[in-house]
Amino acid sequence: MHLAYPAVLAALLFCTGLYGVLARRNAILVLMSVELMLNAVNLNLVAFDVWLRDTLHAGQALTLFTIAIAAAEIGIGLSIVLMVYRNRGTSDVDKLRDTAEGRAADDAASALADKAAHEAAQKAEAAA
Amino acid sequence: MSHLAAAAEQGFLSPTGVEIAFLLVGIATLGAAVVTVTTKQLVHAALWLVVALGGLAVEYLLLTAEFIAWVQVLIYVGSVVVLLLFGLMLTKAPIGRSPDADSGNRWAALTVAVAAAAALVWVVVDAFRTQWIDLDGPAQGSTRVTGEFLFQHWVLPFEALSVLLLAALVGAIVLSRKSDNDKEQR
Repeated sequence: MHLAYPAVLAALLFCTGLYGVLARRNAILVLMSVELMLNAVNLNLVAFDVWLRDTLHAGQALTLFTIAIAAAEIGIGLSIVLMVYRNRGTSDVDKLRDTAEGRAADDAASALADKAAHEAAQKAEAAA
Repeated sequence: MSHLAAAAEQGFLSPTGVEIAFLLVGIATLGAAVVTVTTKQLVHAALWLVVALGGLAVEYLLLTAEFIAWVQVLIYVGSVVVLLLFGLMLTKAPIGRSPDADSGNRWAALTVAVAAAAALVWVVVDAFRTQWIDLDGPAQGSTRVTGEFLFQHWVLPFEALSVLLLAALVGAIVLSRKSDNDKEQR
């Protein structure tokens, strides 16, 4: 079998997952897209393991480990999402903006910068 | 010249039965994955994810990695999707169409994904144009082979992984348990 088939399929699946992670709004759908990306990596690992005929079978061993780590990740991720839902009443990643730099902070920062520039210009004029 | 000889030997552009099967299952898998990330019905997304993960299990079988294929069916289709469905139900996800399933930066996400897909596919096809997987001979991922390499060469990572799973289990319990302060306040 041509090696390009599994490699291209894995690349396309990874990009599908990438789109899902960036575009989805519900946190659980984001987790589903992460699963798609992990599966694309698994397909690559298996294909290259079979291609290289590795005596240690590192690719297949790593695939098994990735599957186990993905199961752990989904358990922790879902419990975090459930806790966020219990505390905030939403699992919408767009609304979890507590640590975002708000518009007010931006305005204050730009005002400070304007003031500093103005003072610097005045000093330059005085020196001249 | 050796590349051309290899291509002639392998029958370039005359796909074998395994390649045709891989291609067809791959198209179905990719289609299910695309529906998973684009559908407006949240529960349907989880069910299409089952199709995508099952298709990947078939791809593993075609690549002669039997044990991983059955592990994929057991763990992903059997437990991860059920966990995701539990999560959807517990967060009271709307059954039926929800128009706000995609966020506003969908077009930026589409641009990034298409650019990444184009770059990756171009690089991968260019790099592996003349490489073939030899699927003949004994299966490289049967249960016997998997057991031998896993418990001869990979025992220590395997045990470390069991500790990681235990830690994840304890962490999930700690996270989802109601704290004592909440009870006292009520």
